[in-house]
Amino acid sequence: MARYLVGRVIGLVIVFVIVSIVAFLLMHSVPGGPFDEEKSPLPPAAKANILRKYGLDQPLYVQYLRYMGSAAHGDFGISFQSPTETVIQLIGRTWPISIRLGGLAILVAFTSGLAFGIIAAIKQNSWIDYVVTFISTLGLTVPNFVVAIWLLLIFAVQLRWLPTGGWPSATNGDWKTMIMPVITLALGPSALVARYTRSSLIEVIHSDYVRTARAKGLSERMVIMRHALKNALIPLITILGPQIPNLITGTIFVEVIFRVPGLGKFFVSSIFLRDYPMIMATMLLVATLWSITYLLSDILYTIVDPRIRL
Amino acid sequence: MSVLVEQPAALTLEPRMRPESNLWRDAARRFRKNKLAVGALVVMVLLMLIAIFADLIAPYAYDYSVINEALQFPSRQHLLGTDAVGRDFLSRLIYGTRVSLVVGLSVQAIALMCGLTFGLLAGTLGGWVDYIVMRWVEVLTAIPIWLFALFLISVWRASDSAPGSGLLKVIVAIGLIGWVDICRLTRAQLLSLRQRDYVLAAEAIGATRLQIALRHMLPNALTPLIVAVTLGVPTAIFTEAGLSFLGFGINDPLPSWGKMVADSSSYIRVYWHLGLFPTFAIALTMLSFSFVGDGLRDALDPYLNK
Repeated sequence: MARYLVGRVIGLVIVFVIVSIVAFLLMHSVPGGPFDEEKSPLPPAAKANILRKYGLDQPLYVQYLRYMGSAAHGDFGISFQSPTETVIQLIGRTWPISIRLGGLAILVAFTSGLAFGIIAAIKQNSWIDYVVTFISTLGLTVPNFVVAIWLLLIFAVQLRWLPTGGWPSATNGDWKTMIMPVITLALGPSALVARYTRSSLIEVIHSDYVRTARAKGLSERMVIMRHALKNALIPLITILGPQIPNLITGTIFVEVIFRVPGLGKFFVSSIFLRDYPMIMATMLLVATLWSITYLLSDILYTIVDPRIRL
Repeated sequence: MSVLVEQPAALTLEPRMRPESNLWRDAARRFRKNKLAVGALVVMVLLMLIAIFADLIAPYAYDYSVINEALQFPSRQHLLGTDAVGRDFLSRLIYGTRVSLVVGLSVQAIALMCGLTFGLLAGTLGGWVDYIVMRWVEVLTAIPIWLFALFLISVWRASDSAPGSGLLKVIVAIGLIGWVDICRLTRAQLLSLRQRDYVLAAEAIGATRLQIALRHMLPNALTPLIVAVTLGVPTAIFTEAGLSFLGFGINDPLPSWGKMVADSSSYIRVYWHLGLFPTFAIALTMLSFSFVGDGLRDALDPYLNK
């Protein structure tokens, strides 16, 4: 176990380093620097001075090492798009919104997916089962920006029940704006959870110990809740794990469509404005999150199912 | 599956054989039984025909705009209405089919080429080649495909003075990331097939590792690859639509469903048709390719789900 973990962590570090190098090189492959003014170019001597001040005259690997050195101290530089803030401040302002949106979506996805999956499994081959299967296929296949537009057309344009966008802030707290983004974001993972719960529960229901539980005369409810479900939930860990970093880094489309001022929306504007410090920090953040959740879900798996050894 | 059926003893003993069949004929028979997959296949073929014959079907050119007729609701003259600059919406949807399918298929061609090459290298050579390829695969999975494609395209755009339609950039960007799944699949297949007797036999008669991989193992890994490629097409189409939606994909005047959805969002309160039709087209295409892919998987590998 310990050896396995050390190996995995080394692998993660390597991946992290490569991601940062690739991103850094790509950013620097773009012609033009931050001090190239077309209208009134600086005198060459002044420009050389500025470049020296910011360390831009150094070879690329020195610049990279310096960047990573300060990044390790939590200094990712200053955002180009809002120069009064450091990148860390900007992320600290926008990320909690994405985490809240993503966290709610995970909650909704997990509970609804579990409920529908259990119902579909118990009533296998009934009309409920077919409806759940059909909707989960839709939820898995249809992109979430398409779902978002459909929800908008139905609930905001036709029925006028919900606002078209926005997000509750400290001053203006209309929680209704949260409904559509959360549902849109939750639909895909919910469909995934429902599908896996259904198929693994059906498999478990036919196993010997469930038959024993029934033979003991337990109620159907006890059989499913106490005996079958526990084992049926194990595969969910592996599929839900990778969803989490996706959701809490903010799904770009949902934030753009519903005008949620989260990290995803800022990432798009960073790309538009070529805000490289911000892009770089977001990429590193996502890569880190992703790797950690993968590792955690593997470890969790061994805890839940002692038959699996790393 | 028993081949012989015994007849009563009194009669002349004539073995009744099951009609001769092969993998493809069996698969086709199983595929035909799956109504959903057959329906999806029909839709898929229709979409392809629309894409190929877009010039003949579309009532107007995709970039023909009459500004006086902007933002019309569906009418007899413009069956699906017109967009914000007075272009016929139906025609743009039809040409959008072509863009979507071209992206979907060419991305998969690139992905297949790269994925097969790297997967073969990793699976047959093993050792440090395997280690490097797999680390690369991990790097590409550690970053969501979106962020990477967005990033690549923004970097290219910055170093490109004449933007053009953006079609090639989109295809290359998605293809460069999309090969990961096929590479992983090829490698896994090669590793699992390595234990088979026929590989041992081929080794015994002195075949080289490359020969064994290409001539003996690859044909046996073919069916999961076909399924992976089919299911990769909707993913690529979806990624293109998403990139165009965010403004990093196809450029005007070339139509793209994703961009049409994005353009609609400012008018969606009144002009519902602008949002409804392109989203419907995207959903229909994705569903048809997915159902065909699922059907193919069940047909080609009937033991997979059991």
